[in-house]
Amino acid sequence: MTPRRTLADREEVLGGVMLAPALAYVILLVGVPFVLAIVLSFSDATAGSLRFGWAGLRNYAAILADPIFLRALRNTAVVTIGSQVLVVVLATAAAQVFRTTFRGKRFARFVLLLPWAVPVSLAAIAWTWIFDSTFSVINWTLKAAGLLHGWLYWLGEPGLALLAIIIVQAWRIFPFATVIVLAGLSSIPQEIVEAAIVDGAGFWRRLFQVELPLLLPVVTVAVLFGVVYTATDLGVVYILTGGGPANTTHVLPTLAFQRGILGADLGQGAAIAVFLLPFLIVVAIAMLRLARRAEVGAR
Amino acid sequence: MAGIEIRSLRKQFGDLHAVDGVDLSIRDGEFLVLLGSSGSGKTTLLRMIAGLERPTAGEIHIGGERVDGDVPPRARGIAMVFQSYALYPHRTVFKNIAFPLEAVRTPRKQIEEKVRWAADMFSITRYLDRYPRQLSGGERQRVALCRALVRDPKVFLLDEPLANLDAKLRNTARDDLKRFQRRIQTTTVYVTHDQVEAMGLGDRIVVMEHGKVRQVGTPQEVYEDPVDTFVATFVGQPPMNLLDLRDASLPAGTLVGFRPEHLLPRSVFGPGEDLRTLRFSVRRVEYLGSDRYVYGSVLESAAPDATVIAKLPANIALAIPEGETHEFAVPRRLLRYFDAATGLRRPP
Ligand SMILES: Nc1ncnc2c1ncn2[C@@H]1O[C@H](COP(=O)(O)OP(=O)(O)O)[C@@H](O)[C@H]1O
Ligand SMILES: [Mg+2]
Repeated sequence: MTPRRTLADREEVLGGVMLAPALAYVILLVGVPFVLAIVLSFSDATAGSLRFGWAGLRNYAAILADPIFLRALRNTAVVTIGSQVLVVVLATAAAQVFRTTFRGKRFARFVLLLPWAVPVSLAAIAWTWIFDSTFSVINWTLKAAGLLHGWLYWLGEPGLALLAIIIVQAWRIFPFATVIVLAGLSSIPQEIVEAAIVDGAGFWRRLFQVELPLLLPVVTVAVLFGVVYTATDLGVVYILTGGGPANTTHVLPTLAFQRGILGADLGQGAAIAVFLLPFLIVVAIAMLRLARRAEVGAR
Repeated sequence: MAGIEIRSLRKQFGDLHAVDGVDLSIRDGEFLVLLGSSGSGKTTLLRMIAGLERPTAGEIHIGGERVDGDVPPRARGIAMVFQSYALYPHRTVFKNIAFPLEAVRTPRKQIEEKVRWAADMFSITRYLDRYPRQLSGGERQRVALCRALVRDPKVFLLDEPLANLDAKLRNTARDDLKRFQRRIQTTTVYVTHDQVEAMGLGDRIVVMEHGKVRQVGTPQEVYEDPVDTFVATFVGQPPMNLLDLRDASLPAGTLVGFRPEHLLPRSVFGPGEDLRTLRFSVRRVEYLGSDRYVYGSVLESAAPDATVIAKLPANIALAIPEGETHEFAVPRRLLRYFDAATGLRRPP
């Protein structure tokens, strides 16, 4: 035993040392590009030259006058909200199923988590096949079941394409949300659920008046993750529709990529990418507040 | 209102017999206490009556209707108070008490009336707008009782409702509970591991051990005429003294039992009384205000080291020096005899 104080005893120093790598990572790979993006959005920089001129709010004015941008903005909102609503409903239902005991539960849980482990790009490519205009398994299945009479051009019609994007985004977040809801459910004291049973509450009353309110903090956090994940995702839309047909299914990240990188207009691309930031911050603060309020109410 | 009939009721968890063949007949309007140490199967028995646990075998009848099997808790006409109270943390006190009424779609106005009536009964009207976390333990317990009360149940099931209260509060809560039950006269099954609570509350007490019923009787019967050594030592504080006095007049292997308050100095008894005198070697005297506990051993005992306790009321002022042997005695009519091998009661 060493009589002198070692590094392990000096928590204030040790803390700094252990935090340093993470801090460096965040500053270099998140902070710098982030600040750069904000600066670029006020400039007329292009990918082809090193010229860097102050453009003021011109980029923002340009995108706000651009119908493609406005459409992408709306799409982002629709996809984000739509997929999260779908996720909450599905995850709650799935969690109810996984709470019971049944044969093959472990295997089912493993399968449930798969979408989360598959790289987005790979999964999106698989989904393009599922939604393919000729080979769509959905169409073939619906036809075989006699439910479909025309033919659905999933990725060819703006409305259907958006629906397809919502489905894939929901599919991607769903496992994570289910796991979170399951954890939340298991944290509800058994006696409270039993009290509700004795008090005469049926399944739906228990779900909506006891379990879901108690799950609110946890579900809110899950949805917040989902919102940030979905609103900032590039891969799914890029691979599934590429923003098409005719730029109708762009979301902000894909449009930013198209304008800023492919179209070489760094300034406008950055403005599109940064545009969502204030909204996301407001949403995040509001949801965290809600979660905290619900939690205080629960204790 | 209704009585409860329980016949050969069993519950197994794997190899464990949590409730092991219980027969009970609970009268209409009775306050019945299930008393037993932790793990003796009290909660399991209560949960089977409530319908939260399915019996492995046996029958339960509430108000003449057979309810084991598929009758769900809500159809049994019962209300339950859990040990943790299980209040809904996200609902106000009002909404907590209203919950069972909402579940049966009671009209709004009636809910309001009923909740106020119940809250008034337990003097918690002031707290109706608060959340459970803003209440003390005693207030929460009363909210839980209110929530059980508004359903107009045929049977109240209470699982250690006072266990989470501090000692002082427990006394008043016990009194409130008893008065309340006398007033509404609803059949009540009350679980506790505290024998003082059981004695104070129960019309009858069921003493349980290892899933089996050891004795059913009024507090007085259970205290004065325990059927075996388990009940004798479980009920009463300090417990009954059990000694093998090697008495020639008794069959071999007989334990003699007597309550600490019946073992008194020889000199305090009148001359006419039929006494069993014992030489009591006093080790220590504990002064407790209203009583003195005298610890020592009885020289006539087959195990002279076994601790024997005498409980002397304050009006016996006699000096009892420690370290000396004194002449003590127990009236013979208060002696109880048990078989040392089986623990069962023996006729004198
Ligand atoms: N759900 C369960 N699964 C397995 N064992 C249980 C379960 N519930 C109770 N037990 C066991 O049954 C026995 C009786 O428990 P319980 O009825 O809670 O006793 P008490 O309420 O008298 O303390 C205990 O040994 C306990 O561990
Ligand atoms: Mg218990």
